[in-house]
Amino acid sequence: MYKIGAIGDRDSVLGFSALGVEVAFADTSSEAIQELRRFARDQYAVIYITEQLAQYMQEEIAVYKDRLTPAVILIPGKSGSLGIGLDAVRKSVERAVGADIISPVDGN
Amino acid sequence: MAVMNVNPTRMELTRLKTRLKTATRGHKLLKDKLDEMMKQFLDIVRENRALRIRVEQALTEAYRRFTVATAVMSPEMLEQALLYPKQAVSLEMTFTNVMSVDVPKYTIQLKNDEPSEIFPYGFATTSGELDAAVSELNGALELMLRLAEAEKSAQLLAFEIEKTRRRVNALEYVMIPQMQETIRYIIMKLDENERGNLSRLMKVKDMMLEEQMEKAHARAEALRAKS
Repeated sequence: MYKIGAIGDRDSVLGFSALGVEVAFADTSSEAIQELRRFARDQYAVIYITEQLAQYMQEEIAVYKDRLTPAVILIPGKSGSLGIGLDAVRKSVERAVGADIISPVDGN
Repeated sequence: MAVMNVNPTRMELTRLKTRLKTATRGHKLLKDKLDEMMKQFLDIVRENRALRIRVEQALTEAYRRFTVATAVMSPEMLEQALLYPKQAVSLEMTFTNVMSVDVPKYTIQLKNDEPSEIFPYGFATTSGELDAAVSELNGALELMLRLAEAEKSAQLLAFEIEKTRRRVNALEYVMIPQMQETIRYIIMKLDENERGNLSRLMKVKDMMLEEQMEKAHARAEALRAKS
């Protein structure tokens, strides 16, 4: 049985704990890296991280990119979306296709 | 394109021809696989993009509601209300096979199925805004899981596509031309040997004929001298 985790600043992820998602509070990206490693070792299938923290720990997140578990997914934090998540989607298209052929398609 | 370091023998030629055939076949298969994977990938990535936009909207909305809730409640109360959940989620993870790539599929399992059970607090000390925020977030959770699924699938497929494309290119632009070149080289070399052998034989034949002619001449000379 797998668990869901969320890492972020207190205000952003507190609400998730009400839903039964395991929550870890982190205010700096080094704290977030600690928490991410702890979650990754444990039985977590999906780990959500706020973009505000993720922007400074891209290498750490890239480690899990090609692994089956956990799925590290970026979510916007309290102060809004930074567009890193969408950028990651664009990057994976670039990686597979060689060029970004998705972004200009609007209305999806 | 460089010729491989092989002996130009007939055996090597047969071996190379078989290898070339296998490589060409493998190349075709891999290319088909790549095409299909690309198709699947583009579908998934479109879904991924759409889901991400929806999740970001839903979360922004939920955060907005939380902000309202924080405004009317003290942070301590808020934390007290939220930090000890009645609800627990766990995930069932199964794998589906997309073009020989295992991608995860998540099914959510709730401890409490009752819709009202998402609120881990009594209603006496909390505000109605908090209820709205929590239920908004609860609605977003399912979307977030679909997003996780799509995003992980996209990442795994992208990795596999990259790997397959490298293989296809290696076969198409390195292995196959190299083998063709080497096969041509061996054939030329063997033909050349053949021609060399032939001309040598002809030369030897000429020499033998000449020798015989000389002998015949000598005999004729001898006979004439006697008479």
